[in-house]
Amino acid sequence: MRLPCMGGAGGGYLKGMYRYDALDRRLVEDRVAQFRDQTARYLAGKLSADDYKPLRLQNGLYEQRHAPMLRVAIPYGMLSTAQLRVLAEIARRYDRGYGHFTTRQNIQYNWVKIEETPDILALLAGAEMHAIQTSGNCVRNVTTDHFAGIAPDEEVDPRPYSELMRQWSTLNPEFAHLPRKFKVAFNGAREDRAATSVHDLAFDLYKNAAGEVRLRVKVGGGQGRTPRLAVTIREDLPWQEMLNYTEAVLRAYNRWGRRDNLYKARIKILVEALGPEKFAHEVDADFVYLEGGAGTLTQEELDRVSSFFVDPPYAGDADADLSNARARHPRFAEWLDRNVAAHKRPGYAAVTLSFKRAGIAPGDATAEQLDAVADLAERYSFGEARVTHYQNLVLSDVAQRDLFELWLAADALGLAEANIGLATDMITCPGGDFCALANARSIPLAETIRARLAPIENEIGDLAIKISGCINSCGHHHVGHIGVLGVDKNGEEWYQVLVGGRSDTESALGQILGKSVAAEEVASLIERLAQLYLRERRRGERFIDTAQRLGVEPFKAAAYPASKPALETA
Amino acid sequence: MSGLIRFTPQGPVLAEKDGRVFTRFADWLAAPVEARGGAVVLAPTDDPAALDEHLSSLSAIAIEFPKPTDGRGFSIATLLRTRLGWTGELRAVGAVAYDQLAFMARCGFDVFDLREEEDGTACLRAFSEIGVLYQGAVDQKLPLFRRRAQALAAIAERDA
Repeated sequence: MRLPCMGGAGGGYLKGMYRYDALDRRLVEDRVAQFRDQTARYLAGKLSADDYKPLRLQNGLYEQRHAPMLRVAIPYGMLSTAQLRVLAEIARRYDRGYGHFTTRQNIQYNWVKIEETPDILALLAGAEMHAIQTSGNCVRNVTTDHFAGIAPDEEVDPRPYSELMRQWSTLNPEFAHLPRKFKVAFNGAREDRAATSVHDLAFDLYKNAAGEVRLRVKVGGGQGRTPRLAVTIREDLPWQEMLNYTEAVLRAYNRWGRRDNLYKARIKILVEALGPEKFAHEVDADFVYLEGGAGTLTQEELDRVSSFFVDPPYAGDADADLSNARARHPRFAEWLDRNVAAHKRPGYAAVTLSFKRAGIAPGDATAEQLDAVADLAERYSFGEARVTHYQNLVLSDVAQRDLFELWLAADALGLAEANIGLATDMITCPGGDFCALANARSIPLAETIRARLAPIENEIGDLAIKISGCINSCGHHHVGHIGVLGVDKNGEEWYQVLVGGRSDTESALGQILGKSVAAEEVASLIERLAQLYLRERRRGERFIDTAQRLGVEPFKAAAYPASKPALETA
Repeated sequence: MSGLIRFTPQGPVLAEKDGRVFTRFADWLAAPVEARGGAVVLAPTDDPAALDEHLSSLSAIAIEFPKPTDGRGFSIATLLRTRLGWTGELRAVGAVAYDQLAFMARCGFDVFDLREEEDGTACLRAFSEIGVLYQGAVDQKLPLFRRRAQALAAIAERDA
């Protein structure tokens, strides 16, 4: 189906997003037809559940606790208003009226029916979207900075490179069945907002002294039960060789990554077993055959893809003096300080709509909210929105003179809580309420933490709390300033707490404080950690700075006052 | 119902299984030269580079897939075709399933020994399900970005 608004009706501004041509469209349409046939064969009993499983996974379809879950790719987090409306329509027609934004900038629907999935995928294809490789042992949805193209500290816009990687990795035959999933991220700014250090493969884009774009290549990062930070294996890869070098990395992983043990199958285990130098050597030994060959990117192709990511027609008089509104509306002032970020363009700002609200699972969005965000994006941000890996949405190009009006509208929708970067802006996996893997119900837990910390979160300031319901670490607990992990003890839910993790430029893995505690203990334990910080902090120190300066010991002492009951060390 | 699919200049053709015997590479190496035969089968753990000096004495190479989702054979096939220049028969054996055939073909396989439960006639359709190939591989060496004009023209013709 063709949708209104797609294609820049009226010859107006084509928004700063990649647009499908006949080739891209044909690929997703063919893929839908293929999956429709596979699903029909499965439902007719001609394809076994075992054989259908990898096929449905690579089309985003999981078996979950209550119903199948469909994960839709949002490449590097970018959405048009038309796409937002299609996501809303899917929520309404095929789900229970809502979707859930994930830490990979995707959206997932928790209540779909297998037999309706091909129709959902067809609807997505019509909006230039898909669910290809959002699961399974393959290259997953590429992620990047949610402020890409607008951040004042950006050196190279990562979006064209992310799109080139998306296309290259889509249905790549040689790497269709890797030992395990493979996550790729790009960052082109001084501040790393894409958590590149916990990706299987990550690229830092920068310009060398001659002004040419180069890539720093990092491999072997990841979370799960063996958390590792990625290590650099190449400092100065010319951008033209990005895909060839990736091919060499993936070939090494495909051939030598472990396939005997699910938990040792990620590339980080291979990199560690060989050592980064040996791994890099193996990659280079293959890369010499590829360098300068057919896979070398051309300037023409980079220019073609880059041509989509152009600036919108910014107004020259977008700035505004907000001091009056600030003074009259303290909540607006708080929102400006927390949810509104600097923009490369004078007079503009990037606004984060908070999807972390009392009583609602972090990252959940109803169909009505998705439609409403589409309206806001259309009205205030050139028709574009972005999903952050923090499970919020960003309006990337808002004129400062519109900020007050936008705040009123967002507030009416319940999306203007001034908590971005604060304790209640938690990352949370869907947890045991939905996920078949989870030991713990992350969502109710997040609610108890929220209730405890909300009154003091402004006093605390920047604090990233990240909660995973199991060791698969979808909630990024290893890189939370405070991380929480659900563990199973004889069928009961218990929680480990970690301190000191971070996924920014100075990446670090959190350290486990000690014994796991019961669900009802977690919020008060975290509050004690926050209180320790408030007592010990020096001027200008954020929680993570204090945690780094003090080390983990004082936090252990604060976490476990002598009298508190706790279970044995996990 | 099952069978053997073989690429011909006219496209994929379904035939009866031919019963051709492939010798495990390690056994083949261990055998006296005159008793080796011309067909070896590689396991996913075998290094294709070890075949390099023996290619001239072979007429067919098979690669085994222990299960449909073991992707190592894709890389082995790619290396045999692109790095070692193998132009003879490259056969997929083992868990050779409908939904992996297109990937296998793109990696250079030209004979497909279907597993027992496959419907051979249906499998003939598997090679043309996806009409757009973004990346280069063994079959189409040029990535899409190096042949966009032709690919767009072909799509326009198909849609016309």
